[in-house]
Amino acid sequence: MSDIPDELSYTKEHEWVAGLDDGITATVGITAFAAEALGDVVYVQLPEAGSTVEAGDSVGEVESTKSVSEIYAPVGGEVVEVNQAVVDDPSLVNNDPYGEGWMFRVRVEGDPEDLLSAEEYTALTSGDS
Amino acid sequence: MSRPTPLRDVHESLGATLTDFAGWLMPLRYGSESAEHNAVRQAAGLFDLSHMGEIFVTGPQAAEALDYALVGHLSALTRGRARYTMIVDERGGVLDDLIVYRLGDEEFMVVANASNYEKVASELTDRARAYDAVVDDRSEQYALIAVQGPRAQEILASLTDADLPALKYYAGTPGLVDGRRALIARTGYTGEDGFELFVAGQDAVPLWHALTKAGEPYGLLPAGLSSRDTLRLEAGMPLYGNELGSHLTPFDAGLGRVVKFDKPGDFVGRSALEAVKDTPPRRRLVGLVARGRRVPRHGYPVTKDGAVVGEVTSGAPSQTLGRPIAMAYVDSGADEGLAVDIRGSHEPMDLVELPFYRRNK
Repeated sequence: MSDIPDELSYTKEHEWVAGLDDGITATVGITAFAAEALGDVVYVQLPEAGSTVEAGDSVGEVESTKSVSEIYAPVGGEVVEVNQAVVDDPSLVNNDPYGEGWMFRVRVEGDPEDLLSAEEYTALTSGDS
Repeated sequence: MSRPTPLRDVHESLGATLTDFAGWLMPLRYGSESAEHNAVRQAAGLFDLSHMGEIFVTGPQAAEALDYALVGHLSALTRGRARYTMIVDERGGVLDDLIVYRLGDEEFMVVANASNYEKVASELTDRARAYDAVVDDRSEQYALIAVQGPRAQEILASLTDADLPALKYYAGTPGLVDGRRALIARTGYTGEDGFELFVAGQDAVPLWHALTKAGEPYGLLPAGLSSRDTLRLEAGMPLYGNELGSHLTPFDAGLGRVVKFDKPGDFVGRSALEAVKDTPPRRRLVGLVARGRRVPRHGYPVTKDGAVVGEVTSGAPSQTLGRPIAMAYVDSGADEGLAVDIRGSHEPMDLVELPFYRRNK
């Protein structure tokens, strides 16, 4: 059973979102479940800082030894910061998906996608884990 | 439902990620596939390969039957030695690549890929019909465990009396391993020294545990199919379904040397292969090394100046080179200015001759 912190929100595509409560910027990453399913992450492509993304857009990709999957923006707005450390060392996604493996921050505009609570995300992932 | 190997419970207790491969439930990785890959390059890895097929061909004319059925000259094979060879159809298309072990004057073991062994067994049965030879698919009875890596010999030596230093590459000997009867073969698919142990299915679990224990001081890790694939890719070894298929002849794959026209008698595919043996293939199998970090994968187009000049057959990030690598069929003459179309973006690639990796002997 992979780690699913209570305080985060989640998408069906296995992103996590933090910091929605302060109403300013949200931090986005992929979940431990996703990282485990991918295996060793070798490449991360992130949206550019300063670009504007819409909730539900494909904004990047994560490649592992065996597969590649897209990163979807859980929330819309301006990308104010990207995590260069995870681009330089993609293994951070496997080693610390909710910490040093974060991917980008968005100044939130408009409503987020239909986000899941930790409980709902646990239910989603326990079926096929 | 995928078929489990005799080691399924062991894989589960090790926390393996299991995957369907050619109808078998196989370990994809146990932990980090990169760590498993590096363990095989630097120490040793332990693989469950029980999905492979073991087909025995026995009888007074077993050697002649295989000379007719396969492209190789198996009657010339010395007892105790093994040979890489292929089975082709009448048009010369590759039905499978094989390793054939000569166990006795009248006994051979043909090891076929999991995806193909039923077809291979059925073809061999048909092709041996005119000979005094019996074809027996014993894949169900055998498990196959491989120990691969520079420390493999030391690890195995602690469990067997067999004279491992005397066992040459591509040779096999019957022996006891941890008190269990095995065919010990110095073969593998990783580009490293190593051994493949063919044992009875019921011996697989105790043998796995014995090898794990013996390998612990040497840094042996259980290794899954994901690392097996990146290891064989670095070593430039073809995989059936990727680099090989029935639409390709051995010559198309750059492996025409396995076709032995000078052996006695006819063999299936001879006339078709003689017709193409001196014709340079339109495309040749090459290595590509990415300049960037995005990974070329199976089926992606190879381009030059925007035009398609080939196709990737296998690709992965290479631990050893630190860059993504690929095998690809590329138009003869297109050697420079190549790119791979990775989901719409043309990523530059350098063409290299295979293999990407060769161990120090």
